[in-house]
Amino acid sequence: MAADEQVTLLDTWASSIGMRVRIALAEKGVKYEFIEQDLWNKSGLLLQMNPVHKKIPVLVHNGKPVCESLVIAQYIDEVWKDKAPLLPSDPYQRAQSRFWADFVDKKIYEHVRTIMTTKVEDQEAAGKKDFIDTLKLMEGELGDKPYFGGETLGYVDVALLPYCCWFYTYENILNFSLEADCPKLNAYCKRCLQKESVSKSLEDPKKIYDFALKLRKKLGVE
Amino acid sequence: MDEREYNMAEEVKVFSTWASPFALRVIWALKLKGVEFDTVHEDLINKSPLLLQYNPIHKKVPVLVHDGKVICESLVILEYIDETWKQNPLLPEDPHQKANARFWAKFGDDKVMQSIGGGVLLKEGKEQEEGFAASMENLKYLEDEIRGKKFFGGETIGLADIALGWLAHYLDIVEEIVGLKLIDQEKFPSLAAWKQEFANAPIIRENWPDRDKLATKYVAMREANLGKGTPK
Repeated sequence: MAADEQVTLLDTWASSIGMRVRIALAEKGVKYEFIEQDLWNKSGLLLQMNPVHKKIPVLVHNGKPVCESLVIAQYIDEVWKDKAPLLPSDPYQRAQSRFWADFVDKKIYEHVRTIMTTKVEDQEAAGKKDFIDTLKLMEGELGDKPYFGGETLGYVDVALLPYCCWFYTYENILNFSLEADCPKLNAYCKRCLQKESVSKSLEDPKKIYDFALKLRKKLGVE
Repeated sequence: MDEREYNMAEEVKVFSTWASPFALRVIWALKLKGVEFDTVHEDLINKSPLLLQYNPIHKKVPVLVHDGKVICESLVILEYIDETWKQNPLLPEDPHQKANARFWAKFGDDKVMQSIGGGVLLKEGKEQEEGFAASMENLKYLEDEIRGKKFFGGETIGLADIALGWLAHYLDIVEEIVGLKLIDQEKFPSLAAWKQEFANAPIIRENWPDRDKLATKYVAMREANLGKGTPK
């Protein structure tokens, strides 16, 4: 990286969406400054860099912002293209990766939003089974590959892996076991956490659970 | 096989419906690039086994099939088209400009369509007022982005134009049905200018679905959502 390159990430420590960007940057070996944001009291910098959504993550590269985690991941892949490609080079395979990352971004994101904003006793009715079915669908897509990206960590992995440190929270809220219901996905998480780019980008599951409970209390569902 | 024979041997199929603004994106992109294709017309009330086989997860149109390769989700398809047929590029080379185009395409689908479709067309009373307010806020962001440019893509139609293009036709119909003006020339002069430019652009202007048919469909959707439709 050139000496005058400035890379800053506006993020919050527990965000599964922010973690996507951390993984991508770590895979590429990009040095960056992490600036923790307070989403209950948004900073002038965040509002300036993401005036449309006022959300994290925001990547600021040489003063220019990039918003939306998957847009950021593609940007990172294109700028730091000489190392650890996240998307394959073949257009059809790229389309498959984009499709599945989009699926994670919409379907799984929707599920976890429901989980986080629903009382424990209402989880069954709110779609507990659908969530587990979606995870099983992801297992099917993973198959016997080490990563969704194939032999190396890719774009879909970037989208999905942050949930690995959130599964402990979902297991507790939904009363299910990832190991029992989705053993392949469980093994995938364990395997990927052995990679430094992943383990350094994710947070401790127990700390996340603690955070989640506090957030759920604030939202009035705990 | 010479180049002409190779091109003739390519098989490109688009699964679409007459009304779908998403399928229309794919049709625009292929036509803008001069790619020959066949259209498979679907009836979403009676989906073909082939559509369900090709898109088992979402069961929707559009689906692109290129020499047996199946691609779903309109924005994913657009990027595939742009990477496969490199003439008349939809995305710029510069990564930051590319990211910007993708951002606005996503904004269109996640926010603009939600607020106008879900919040204005399908609602009434206070809920519609809220939807209208949200829509105006979203349109203001688009106004700021398009100001000074002919298209979101710059001098030529790009990914964001194609993704937001439904505003240049479908929105008129929504406005007529609900009796509200959203892209007001006075409030959003740059966006109104873009609307005109895009709606009348070559290829784009030749492929709009029939207004009256769309109006009938949207009125039915609105009434069904408000519980006023005739029960089947």
